[in-house]
Amino acid sequence: MHPAPSLVLFTVLSGAGYGWLALLGLAAATGRASELTAWDAGGAAAALLLVTAGLLASTAHLGHPERAWRALSQWRSSWLSREAVAAAVTYLPALGLLAAWALGDGPVRVLGVATAACALATVLCTAMIYAALRPIARWHSPWVPATFLALAVATGAPLAWLVAALAGDPGTAAPGVAGLAALLAWTVKLLAWQAADGAQAVADAGTATGLGHLGRVRLVEPPHSMDNYLTREMGFRVARKHRLTLRRLAVLLGGGAPLLLALLALTALRGAPTPGLAAAAAAAAILGALLERWLFFAEARHTVTLYYGAEVA
Amino acid sequence: MTSLPPTPPPRRLGLVIDLDTCVGCQACVVSCKQWNTGGHPAPLSDVEPYGREPSGAWLNRVHGYEVAPAGGGCGQTVYFPKSCLHCENAACVTVCPTGASYKRAADGIVLVDEAKCIGCGLCAWACPYGARELDPVEGVMKKCTLCIDRIYNETLPEEEREPACVASCPARARHFGDLADPASPAARLVAARGGFDLMPELGYRPTNKYLPPRPRRQGDEDPPRALPDVAGPGGLWGWVDRLLGG
Repeated sequence: MHPAPSLVLFTVLSGAGYGWLALLGLAAATGRASELTAWDAGGAAAALLLVTAGLLASTAHLGHPERAWRALSQWRSSWLSREAVAAAVTYLPALGLLAAWALGDGPVRVLGVATAACALATVLCTAMIYAALRPIARWHSPWVPATFLALAVATGAPLAWLVAALAGDPGTAAPGVAGLAALLAWTVKLLAWQAADGAQAVADAGTATGLGHLGRVRLVEPPHSMDNYLTREMGFRVARKHRLTLRRLAVLLGGGAPLLLALLALTALRGAPTPGLAAAAAAAAILGALLERWLFFAEARHTVTLYYGAEVA
Repeated sequence: MTSLPPTPPPRRLGLVIDLDTCVGCQACVVSCKQWNTGGHPAPLSDVEPYGREPSGAWLNRVHGYEVAPAGGGCGQTVYFPKSCLHCENAACVTVCPTGASYKRAADGIVLVDEAKCIGCGLCAWACPYGARELDPVEGVMKKCTLCIDRIYNETLPEEEREPACVASCPARARHFGDLADPASPAARLVAARGGFDLMPELGYRPTNKYLPPRPRRQGDEDPPRALPDVAGPGGLWGWVDRLLGG
């Protein structure tokens, strides 16, 4: 599948924003409204900005962005519509938390839990858009929502750590969560890659054309002389050599670097506020996730390629 | 609403495509483009149609395949027309976030309401067959309408109320009819010739059916024999052979 930059950016940025919001929501739910600081509020606002930037990026791949509001209507059947609804709903409790901070009062427990639940539900809906597509064997798997959720938290956690460090928080919780999230997310991702590499092909050129019982089917005359929408959108291929290099780089940047930086903050620096380390961890986590997401699209094979010369998909 | 009709449509209009008789002439491809660029999904845009890299939205395409038997022997060329299969279990409809994509409850035809389409492309991803193409100029999804503006068009003479691809096929390789009615000529053709679904394992339950190439005639399986050498000891050809220095 063609890795459209708008979709790679959208899923990673909004994922990080929602992961961050979920952690902020859970943290807020454990305290009282009067305990919310300007840093907490700033973090929530920044996470919402990140989410909004991601959502705006996603409209860049639409043929008619001005009609995007219509996507709120078909939540009964469509995961893309459910994602739009969940994304819109998440603003309510998140803005509620900001209001609670401004007023110094409010049901932060409810708002915090609701923010976290809505944020994670949005990421789940995003992942299900892909996981529900049967023509793409690599995506039609529960590993896809697991990876999207885990990576959303793993990219949001170092951002939460960064704000905690800027606020001068001497605790070990923020780097601890960031390190743990990185470890968990990339373990899930490695297992997901293993599952996807071993995924059974859903169809082959024989069943796609129904001619398999007669022998081996080979395309000799393509239906068009130049690329068309289908071959551009779904015929994308990435060389095996490159994808293995990119996978290693993604694991090192997205998983290894934040984990090491968090361990460094926790052990050598004993939890002292280290905005530099946190910023580096956040940047590495997001770069790693961008690579992972690019590969997610680039490695996926659609059954339509069977009509254009692929033998299995 | 992008939910599928709650009960199966009473009529299931679709095509039956005969892979035995299709000669790959592309007449259906051209007539489809010609009709639909002025019909229901108009315009059906192209980019650089006369330029170096022509490309555009087409609703019907013909692929040419070579099928080689596993045990060796003569292969065969099969021309394979492909357009929307108007699936019963049409995921292209249910994934649509805006309600633009829908399946008609009366006859099962899958259509796009272009005024609601945001051009997200998800329906094309959900289609295993590659039946949907985004219009490069209009920014909305285009697909086969089964020529609803011909088959129900009372201003056309009755014999012309069939899809443009069916009307134009010189080999009569395309047939149109109600596949829910076992007595319809199309359904009877499917029963008689062993019509099949494309990628049945995906569970989309396409309405369109394909008829397999007929079994080859006796002796066709043997590859042609090698031509005999002309070199011979005597006779006219032997003399010619010697004359030519063979």
